[in-house]
Amino acid sequence: MEGLYAFCVGLLTACGIFLALRGRTFPVVVGLTLLSYGVNLFLFASGRLKLNSAAVLGQSAQHSDPLPQALVLTAIVIGFAMTAFVVILAMRARADLGNDHVDGRLPEAPKPRLARRSGGQ
Amino acid sequence: MNDLIWIPLLPLLGTLVPLFASRFSRSACAFLTAGFPALALVLVLQLAPQVFDGETVRQSFGWIPQLGLELAFRLDGLALLFTLLILGIGLLVVLYARYYLSENDSMGKFYAYLILFMFAMLGVVMSDNLIQLWMFWELTSISSFLLISFWGHKTEARKGARIALTITGAGGLALLAGVLLIGNVVGSYSLHDVLASGDLIREHTVYPVILILVLLGAFTKSAQFPFHFWPPHAMAAPTPVSAYLHSATMVKAGIFLMARMYPVLSGTELWFLIVSMTGLATLLLGAYVALFKHDLKGLLAYSTVSHLGLITLLLGMGTDMAAVAALFHIINHATFKASLFMAAGIIDHESGSRDMRQLNGLWKYMPYTATLAMVAAAAMAGVPLLNGFLSKEMFFAETLHQDSLGSLSWMVPVFATLGTVFSVAYSLRFIHDVFFNGEPVNLPKTPHEPPRYMRVPVEILVALCLLVGIMPTYMIGDLLYAASAATLQGQVPEYSLSIWHGFNFPLLMSVVALAGGAVVYINRKELFQFQAQFPENDPKLVFEAVIQLIHRQISRVMELAENGSLQRYSYMMLSLAMVMMAEPLLDLNATAGHRPQIPVDAISITGAVLLAIGALATVIWNRQRMVALVALSVVGLIVSLMFAKFSAPDLALTQLAVEVVTVILLMLALFFLPQTTPKESSPKRVARDLGIAAIIGGVIGTISYALMTRPLDSISTFFLENSKTGGGGTNVVNVILVDFRGFDTLGEITVLGIAALGIFKLIARMRLYMPASDGDGRPWSQDSHPLMLSVVSQSLLPLALLVSAYIFLRGHNMPGGGFIAGLITSVAIIQQYIAHGVDWIKARMKLDYQLMIGSGITIAALTGLGSWAFGRPFLTSWFDHFHLPLVGEFELASAMLFDLGVFLTVVGATMLILANLGKLTTSERPVLKEHD
Repeated sequence: MEGLYAFCVGLLTACGIFLALRGRTFPVVVGLTLLSYGVNLFLFASGRLKLNSAAVLGQSAQHSDPLPQALVLTAIVIGFAMTAFVVILAMRARADLGNDHVDGRLPEAPKPRLARRSGGQ
Repeated sequence: MNDLIWIPLLPLLGTLVPLFASRFSRSACAFLTAGFPALALVLVLQLAPQVFDGETVRQSFGWIPQLGLELAFRLDGLALLFTLLILGIGLLVVLYARYYLSENDSMGKFYAYLILFMFAMLGVVMSDNLIQLWMFWELTSISSFLLISFWGHKTEARKGARIALTITGAGGLALLAGVLLIGNVVGSYSLHDVLASGDLIREHTVYPVILILVLLGAFTKSAQFPFHFWPPHAMAAPTPVSAYLHSATMVKAGIFLMARMYPVLSGTELWFLIVSMTGLATLLLGAYVALFKHDLKGLLAYSTVSHLGLITLLLGMGTDMAAVAALFHIINHATFKASLFMAAGIIDHESGSRDMRQLNGLWKYMPYTATLAMVAAAAMAGVPLLNGFLSKEMFFAETLHQDSLGSLSWMVPVFATLGTVFSVAYSLRFIHDVFFNGEPVNLPKTPHEPPRYMRVPVEILVALCLLVGIMPTYMIGDLLYAASAATLQGQVPEYSLSIWHGFNFPLLMSVVALAGGAVVYINRKELFQFQAQFPENDPKLVFEAVIQLIHRQISRVMELAENGSLQRYSYMMLSLAMVMMAEPLLDLNATAGHRPQIPVDAISITGAVLLAIGALATVIWNRQRMVALVALSVVGLIVSLMFAKFSAPDLALTQLAVEVVTVILLMLALFFLPQTTPKESSPKRVARDLGIAAIIGGVIGTISYALMTRPLDSISTFFLENSKTGGGGTNVVNVILVDFRGFDTLGEITVLGIAALGIFKLIARMRLYMPASDGDGRPWSQDSHPLMLSVVSQSLLPLALLVSAYIFLRGHNMPGGGFIAGLITSVAIIQQYIAHGVDWIKARMKLDYQLMIGSGITIAALTGLGSWAFGRPFLTSWFDHFHLPLVGEFELASAMLFDLGVFLTVVGATMLILANLGKLTTSERPVLKEHD
């Protein structure tokens, strides 16, 4: 079971990172959401996997580790807030800049190495 | 305890005075400005007898003793010598500047900079801690920048100031490195300890590095070759500034540093070679170039460079007598050079020119000033009966005594004499060209004597030149002795300050120098012609070119690393993270640990397959955004099921609720964003990203697997044991959130609130194009609020709220709590928005979400503060059990109040985000008023 779980964590992470490396805002947000699933599962698993036990006292002889659960619970909520913030930022960027590229400007067509004049103002 | 700290502190306070006093008359402003430094001078003079008795007055205030940081001042002979010069000449400059500055110059600003600079210099010479010394050192660079660029409307002033700041600032950084190394070797930054560790430092392997770094600092400040080009460009400053910076202060700071570190760094072959040879080169170069300068101040600037070279040469020789001679020349140079600069300023001020090709025959117009200037110039040339003669004699005597260059040692006195020949020649030029040599040529003004009091500072300084020259022992014997003792940190050699030592070799050298100088000056025409053959290269242009070159190169490097592409930054960051994560894994021998593993069942496999399909579908169809979103929600659902399966009901509930909210949010966002993503990544880019994603995923999966298969020693036992007894709840997760780690939760809901408010701000004034149809061109449905949905959701609302209340109340003992209840409530309200539209809700539900966030955080914080009222630490919880008829036994806990705060914040934040975003689609678009 642990191997299967680890596979899921790895897959979510990989998919999340691939999407986070895209050039448009929406796939990046989706990628970050996937990545946060992976991270939450990873953190949760640091308390080890347990079947049929409870974090509530008196229900079962076996207890699951409550600490990672508490941490992940708040992480989920904060993660939502951050996702929301990024999404709205992306919308605002599109409204103000006219495109939804993460750099705020559309990539230029590849040109032969051009030396930008810099220096002395 | 003594008042040492007041000596630098008074000028610091005094910086503010001119800013206020500038509204009064010019004289009043100058008078008031002089007040604090004068008071500081009185303090110094009060302490002087103690210092003359050989005592070192010290005062320190601890700051961070662990780091060796303190505020520490000392006044020994060396510091006394410099404080007297800084304050004395500083006060004369204040008086002089009152007449020099024109009506157009901001007097208050000028005086403020000047006194600030004075403060910085006092700090340098009085510091008893090397770090502190360095700090003041940099402050002199900064304040001198302000002074040199005082006439900022002139290009020369700006450029000159920039060169000075760059050179001295860069030298300061080298000095800092040197100081840190010294601190490392000695184990203390206190000057007291450092001065006592001379042998330790000299024998240490890093001694050459320390020496070179410290000397870089000193040489840049004191304009030693090859940094000799900055003082001439700093001449664009008002003349009072030049008179101050280039006689007694700024350029002497480097000399001071060498004298200060003399007991620690000197006495080695390396010291001798670097310091004396640099000094000699500077002495010759400065004296030679000075002769050819047509600008009066340019001549004086190069002359200053040359005299600084002389002092450096003396310090470099490493004999005790040479150090005494160096200190003596510091005093003498400060007095005659300050008076010469002031005289030059008077000539400039009253005739409108500084060009010696125009200035001729001024004797007729200003005989009194001319006399003063001539005496000072004679002191510079080393004419007997003046102070310059005495120190120059000592200098000659020392050059004869040294033998460090072996059989080439004879070269030093010869070159020293040669330098002095040129020194005499340019002094002669200063006198003859300006005051005699025909009539003025095309002067803008008819020259005349300056105002009475403008001459006073010059008179005082020239009188000092004479008095020291005639009665050296009486005038400065004690001061020189104390300064020598402090510099050498030991026995002061026998020396005699009399003006007549009989017919000896140094006297012969002086005579040769004077005669040679006259010969050189008389034959100057040939020399000028010879010099004119060399191409003139302006160090200013060279400096600018070097800076431009550095700038261009750096820009090129920066463009490689930082080209404005977020994708590239993310890629680099992830690559680095990958390397750092993977590296420790290489040492892990077995992936799997010994912890028994749970067998795989069919349900788990189904879940994993669904999750994999969802995740892969999200990636594969990521350019069809709606499809990707649906696939994403599948993943979210499976994740919440995974939490449920592995005994985390709280997490499952939270994940489920957040999933709903997130998907609604993303759908709303998608309404305004393009429905598809253009295909723009090159195949190479895709392959690269797939590669790094796969590797990181693999690494993370491996870490997770390795972690899960190893036994756990958790601190959670503590929470499990104390949850019921200490926190009063059986749901340990909730008790951790609201009690054990309540402070964390308080921070987290605050972040949530801030994020929501930030989003609110972003949404306001957002001008977005609202598409009239979906991505495929189909118009939106006319029936945006279907009747069925409205009716069902309306009847669901009370039910949902009831569930929410139930989840909230039982949270302390059963899965649930403020977070989950808040999310459920939000979902219920959002459903109403979806079913009925914003307008319909607005008329019926008047909820101020911002107020909700605010009150939520306030309630949580107040609950925490409440425990203070009972003398307990922040956020200590209280609970008790009560019995009510019909209801039965129930529990009340202060943690519940805290959870209420969490609940309100979560509802407020979620709704603030979603409701405002939703409003964008309607006529209810939030409009921020101008004043927001």
